[in-house]
Amino acid sequence: MDAVVKAEGLRKNYGEFVAVDGIDFEIPRGQCFGFLGPNGAGKTTTMRMIYRASPVGGGSLKILGHEAAGGRNDRAIKQRIGVVPQEDNLDEELKLRENLEVFARFYGLGRKEAKARAAEMIAFANLGDKSESRIRELSGGMRRRALIARGLLGNPELLVLDEPTTGLDPQARLNLWDRLRDLKRREATLVLTTHYMDEAEQLCDRLVIMDKGKIVAEGRPRDLIRQHVSSHVVEIAFANAARSVSERPEMAELTTLAKRHEQHQDRLLLYVDNGEEAVAKAAHLLPDAETLIRRSTLEDVFLKITGRGLAE
Amino acid sequence: MKLPGDISLTAAVSVWRRNMTEYGHTWMTNILPNFFDPVLYLLGMGLGLGMFVGRGVNGLSYIEFIAPGLMAASAMQGASFESTYNVFVKMNFAKLYDAYLATPAQIQDVAFGEQLWAISRGLIYGCAFFAVLLAFTAAGYRIITSPWAVLLPFAMLLTANMFALIGLTFTASIRNINYYGFYYTLWLTPLFLFSGIFFPLDNPQMAGGHAETIAWFTPLYHCVRLMRGLAQGPLDWTHGVSALWIIAVSALLAMVVPRRMRKRMVY
Repeated sequence: MDAVVKAEGLRKNYGEFVAVDGIDFEIPRGQCFGFLGPNGAGKTTTMRMIYRASPVGGGSLKILGHEAAGGRNDRAIKQRIGVVPQEDNLDEELKLRENLEVFARFYGLGRKEAKARAAEMIAFANLGDKSESRIRELSGGMRRRALIARGLLGNPELLVLDEPTTGLDPQARLNLWDRLRDLKRREATLVLTTHYMDEAEQLCDRLVIMDKGKIVAEGRPRDLIRQHVSSHVVEIAFANAARSVSERPEMAELTTLAKRHEQHQDRLLLYVDNGEEAVAKAAHLLPDAETLIRRSTLEDVFLKITGRGLAE
Repeated sequence: MKLPGDISLTAAVSVWRRNMTEYGHTWMTNILPNFFDPVLYLLGMGLGLGMFVGRGVNGLSYIEFIAPGLMAASAMQGASFESTYNVFVKMNFAKLYDAYLATPAQIQDVAFGEQLWAISRGLIYGCAFFAVLLAFTAAGYRIITSPWAVLLPFAMLLTANMFALIGLTFTASIRNINYYGFYYTLWLTPLFLFSGIFFPLDNPQMAGGHAETIAWFTPLYHCVRLMRGLAQGPLDWTHGVSALWIIAVSALLAMVVPRRMRKRMVY
């Protein structure tokens, strides 16, 4: 496998705090690779080390054939990667077109090339009618697309996106996913972090789940779900939770159907491979309960592995 | 192209160009007002106060005496505005340096680009004021009287460069924008008042006769001496010492600035 990024025992400490705790991963060329995890898991720190904003704390990090540790190859690496940062740092004082033309020059493009490249990227981001607008006149979604356009100026072999859709409304999010899918069709290598599991499932070919600076799972989204949880989850909710779930005698019979189950105050979660059977049984045994069946998600995987939800 | 200190000229000029683009929009409000500062001193102090300084200084009328020093102050102020507030905002509020650093640019390129821009602004102010002084000279004032005055832009460059580096050093060392209150009130203002612009420092009654010795250790003093020597003469070896003083301090700070900036930005 042709790895664009290869990390071995990658670490980063801030004083006593261990942000990234010796992780290994390989990002294959031409794929979208995701880092999924809650805030503080070490995703952004890992991204910052990849896009050379942050020195490698320990271990080895090979990017496009260059060793990143030690910082000697930073310029060479940065010439070949693009960055869409978590924090919106477009230049508020300049127009959109000027923003991109100014930044294109950092990659060594001449005046004419920079103009052409900026225009091309503005068109790609569907911002053609905004090129003479000041940044502050753009909506949140437009700004994020402008950041992607800026990240692509150097014609990068690898585009790093740190939480590209955080804070966007659903419409803008879908719009942005379209742009990223477009890049995937062009066989760009993307690496993105997110704490939205639907985003990871939608966009990522492969992903790792991070928690507390460590990688706790790795694989293709569907494989991870199959491997760690069942294909479906049946949620049984009790409207009047007079007694706690565990006291109900019907429980034992239901839970035998599940690979795994979880009891909450007023809810029972059954992780099952045969969803219909479980739903029918639940309807029969617990006619007063509301029963819902859904496909398992990466959040269920995360919950199982860490014992916590992504939102926590 | 690489400069000493692993500085990429391409990246530094890109930073400079970004600032140029911004000032294309805002020069009316951003550059123009500050230009009037030394002109007002020239008129208010030179002509106004000058009416009461009857015997003049060193055979010159008061306005003729203070004009070259104000040119040094003009270059100092231009470079200082840029390397203090403007850099602080771009670095800490606008997060623009994070964006630069995500391109092939390294922190030393960014610092040097800002230094170049601060020099440019110092030169713009200084040369605009120089033009005003030439107009006064044409009107009969003995302000620019030496042929060495052709070297004044070079002296402005030295002045702007040193104060750009001093400003950047301070900016890279503070975390709160309010500290500039100290920088302006307790650093630039005393330099402006006590560097020999408005009165000669070799008076034996001044600071027990040590005024000039004390001033020798401060930066603007040397810039003022240089400007006065080039504009009006006579030049001697002490002007060479002043030029060397400025170059030596600048060289030292040129090593400090990238290190401080790196400490601030790269973690």
